[in-house]
Amino acid sequence: MNVERLVAMVNDISRYFSAESDQAAGVAGVADHLKRFWEPGMRKQIVAHLAGGGEGLEPLAKMGVERLAEIDRKTIAG
Amino acid sequence: MLSIVDIDRGTPEIKSETLVTLDIDGRSIRVPEGTSVMRAAAQAGIAIPKLCATDMLEAFGSCRLCLVEIEGRKGYPASCTTPVAEGMKVSTQSVKLAEIRRGVMELYISDHPLDCLTCPANGHCELQDMAGVVGLREVRYGYDGKNHVYAKSAQGEANPLFAAKDESNPYFAFDPSKCIVCSRCVRACDEVQGTFALTIQGRGFESKVAASQDNRFLDSECVSCGACVQACPTATLSEKSLIDRGQAEHSVVTTCAYCGVGCSFRAEMKGEEIVRMVPNKDGHANHGHSCVKGRFAIGYASHPERITTPMIRRKISDPWRIASWEEAIAHAASEFKRLQAQYGKFAIGGITSSRCTNEETYLVQKLVRAAFGNNNVDTCARVCHSPTGYGLKSTMGESAGTQDFDSVEHTDVVLVIGANPTDAHPVFGSQMKQRLRAGAKLIVADPRRIDLVRTPHIQADFHLKLKPGTNVALLNALAHVIVTEGLVDEAFVAERCEPAAFEKWRTFVAQDKNSPEAMAAEIGVSAELLRGAARLYATGGNAAIYYGLGVTEHSQGSTAVMAIANLAMATGNIGRAGVGVNPMRGQNNVQGSCDMGSFPHEFPGYRHVGDAKVRGSFEADWGVPLHDEPGLRIPNMFEAALDGSFKGLYLEGEDIAQSDPNTQHVTAALEAMECVVVQDLFLNETAKYAHVFLPGSSFLEKDGTFINAERRISRVRKVMAPKGRYADWEVTQLLSNAMGYPMHYAHPSQIMDEIARLTPTFQSVSFDKIDQLGSIQWPCNEQHPEGTPIMHVGEFVRGKGRFMLTEYVPTTEKVNAEHPLILTTGRILSQYNVGAQTRRTANVMWHDEDRLEIHPHDAEERGIKEDDWVGIESRAGQTVLRARISERMQPGVVYTTFHFPGSGANVITTENSDWATNCPEYKVTAVQVTRVDQPSTWQQRYRAFSHEQQALLDAAEMP
Repeated sequence: MNVERLVAMVNDISRYFSAESDQAAGVAGVADHLKRFWEPGMRKQIVAHLAGGGEGLEPLAKMGVERLAEIDRKTIAG
Repeated sequence: MLSIVDIDRGTPEIKSETLVTLDIDGRSIRVPEGTSVMRAAAQAGIAIPKLCATDMLEAFGSCRLCLVEIEGRKGYPASCTTPVAEGMKVSTQSVKLAEIRRGVMELYISDHPLDCLTCPANGHCELQDMAGVVGLREVRYGYDGKNHVYAKSAQGEANPLFAAKDESNPYFAFDPSKCIVCSRCVRACDEVQGTFALTIQGRGFESKVAASQDNRFLDSECVSCGACVQACPTATLSEKSLIDRGQAEHSVVTTCAYCGVGCSFRAEMKGEEIVRMVPNKDGHANHGHSCVKGRFAIGYASHPERITTPMIRRKISDPWRIASWEEAIAHAASEFKRLQAQYGKFAIGGITSSRCTNEETYLVQKLVRAAFGNNNVDTCARVCHSPTGYGLKSTMGESAGTQDFDSVEHTDVVLVIGANPTDAHPVFGSQMKQRLRAGAKLIVADPRRIDLVRTPHIQADFHLKLKPGTNVALLNALAHVIVTEGLVDEAFVAERCEPAAFEKWRTFVAQDKNSPEAMAAEIGVSAELLRGAARLYATGGNAAIYYGLGVTEHSQGSTAVMAIANLAMATGNIGRAGVGVNPMRGQNNVQGSCDMGSFPHEFPGYRHVGDAKVRGSFEADWGVPLHDEPGLRIPNMFEAALDGSFKGLYLEGEDIAQSDPNTQHVTAALEAMECVVVQDLFLNETAKYAHVFLPGSSFLEKDGTFINAERRISRVRKVMAPKGRYADWEVTQLLSNAMGYPMHYAHPSQIMDEIARLTPTFQSVSFDKIDQLGSIQWPCNEQHPEGTPIMHVGEFVRGKGRFMLTEYVPTTEKVNAEHPLILTTGRILSQYNVGAQTRRTANVMWHDEDRLEIHPHDAEERGIKEDDWVGIESRAGQTVLRARISERMQPGVVYTTFHFPGSGANVITTENSDWATNCPEYKVTAVQVTRVDQPSTWQQRYRAFSHEQQALLDAAEMP
């Protein structure tokens, strides 16, 4: 899929969660949202994009995707 | 003319705890205090003669036919205006009463044509009935004197009292010569519809019914709801369909297939032919009212453009080839199987529609999950109310509105935000207007001056004319006032809500950056107005919020829904009559299509596909393993199609090529797919890109249920055989069987039984139970065996209410030098959604093209005059419409509707979407508007393509 569109979508999500005063809660919010609502292929693609430098991803979005990568790795491993 | 089966009890039902006993004609009768003598008699089976009375209207007391004798009272009181009293003794018939009634009828008939045998009301004319009932045997007064009956006198002179028929309205005729001036039409326009288009003009014998300033009906303020036609006791106002076809012989109760109000109708039939649709007095959503669409705009169902045979083609540039059902289904299934073999299991999916029944949407999602083996199923609610599902579930625990419509009758403060009920939900709009006229206060938050802001006998207390895209800023500002001025219902919050989340929210909204003063410039509304509105909402008594797509179709749609829920919880406006959060659902079955699990991450009843226990229950029932990860949403499907990983799509009743944003992106995605199967009534815009066409059936041709905006499940009943042989649920079943997953339903009721078996909120729902109760509001289960009109009473569905943070994040869609105006889109009364249905009816007489509304200032700056062709250009595309100069707009904001495909409203809208649900940001697009003299490039391409596709349809070959 068009990765720029995926980046824009994660950024939109992270801007909602940036209202959280507790950053950890914000990161968890982004990751959980992606896990619950994104089709696995899209998740894989955004995780790969981050691995490749994550161009365009805002800071909280980056952290959220990083956390998502951990969760998805665990699911696959488990 | 009233329905052929309704019993008219003369005056409306009165609800009172106190009962009164009286005697009518020697029978002891017990009725609620305040009931009229006429109604009390009717309840005992005694029909007192009447003409100006009907139970759809308040008593009027003008015809003098319903007179009775009451022991101890002087004279002959009118039974319609006389309330019952304890111990009252009433006689409904005596020599004297008979004499008076005959005298009255003699006068009526002396100014009425005697053409009963050829009159459209013949068989159901109340005047004729009353002549029979009172025993009228002679009319001593001739027609030589003044009358309204003849155009000319016997001497050939023109009769100044005569008025010719007005046939200007496409759906009903007005024949003043048959009018008895009972005022029922005028009162219906006032009491039922609330438009005040009709009046009695003149005095004495010159009195006559007039529309507006004695205009033709079509040119008047009349909104063509038809309440007057229904109320008319003679043939003065008659449906043209009744005039054409004659009286119906049977009647079937069904549910309207237009907006989310979900009006109950009686389809009055002659065999399989519809004579007319009459709103059902016993309808729980509409109480006997309707709008121009539901009552009249049903001609599309028998329109010659209906396609009733399956068709297939290899490429979209090929002519269609007519196929048998067997061949078309086998072809679609083999293509889907081929695509899955070649590109993988996830390369195909399905889209359900809010225009279909619950049973149909349920089957499509089942087909996708069980037969396709993935979760690539989405519904058109994606592009309208998906933020409602997300926002209300997060805060209160259930993805649905909290109230029933009748709740508004207990409301003291109505807050309407991003909704236009008088156009988009007209029947509920009328109910709301009645409540406002009775004294409820009104706050409207809308960029446009919608009709509700100022309409006869209604004036909004506050119109917050905000800039498009600032809903969340506005809602936060209201919350700021409530929190900082001590207007929170602390007891409610302490008892009902999560304390930590509330404290976090309180701190958040109390910040200065959320104050009206800080946000006034951004919102475009003064701090003073914002403070006033917040105080009224928080302290005015029962306050209810009604919202629509003006809230959800934004980049912060879900945030705004949560902000609305926060406001209601903070002020304790949840869990009783008169309050609540009310999403005005756009289409007839938006609520139902969502309830039925047509989201890629949720099973029916809003349960995540990752929930092993829930998934297990479906796997056990369906006998197949199910995928545990979310599938693609509609916009994701487009992206996946463009990157080559998504190749096949089954669409039932949805027209994404017109209704979804960024049309060129959508059509490019459709062109990238190898098998697009469209099941619809017509060759819609999407079908022009299809490879298989399967004929759909209209709501008149099948059984099923719809769920309206108040969670009300109502029956749709088949009144004629499907024109294309199969009802839609049968087509899905055929496809599933051909895909190798067996389905063997004999009737939609069996599908509902399965839904009930697998969905806790529908546990006790069945067709039998709906038939028995008339309609049911879910949840309907062991705890609520007859349904739940009001939710979250005593406790939220999720336990404690959860306040959510709602930071205002301005949209990235900003005005600049290149695109200095904001375009917002919406709908109007006479047309419906993509217009596929209403464009194929006489409703085009009110709206035959989409226009661009623009403020006089913006128009002048650009040298644009009324009716000029103007180009509207955004970063996504360009289209051309004619201009309408309108002060309803605010400077800087332009508006259009999207009812005609050639308008290309969605060529301009962008891929921006709600952060949580990808609901498109239809309501905010930065545009430039300029005068032009030819259609846009897109429009020229569109016309050529449509022309070509029509030719390929006309060239459809038999096998």
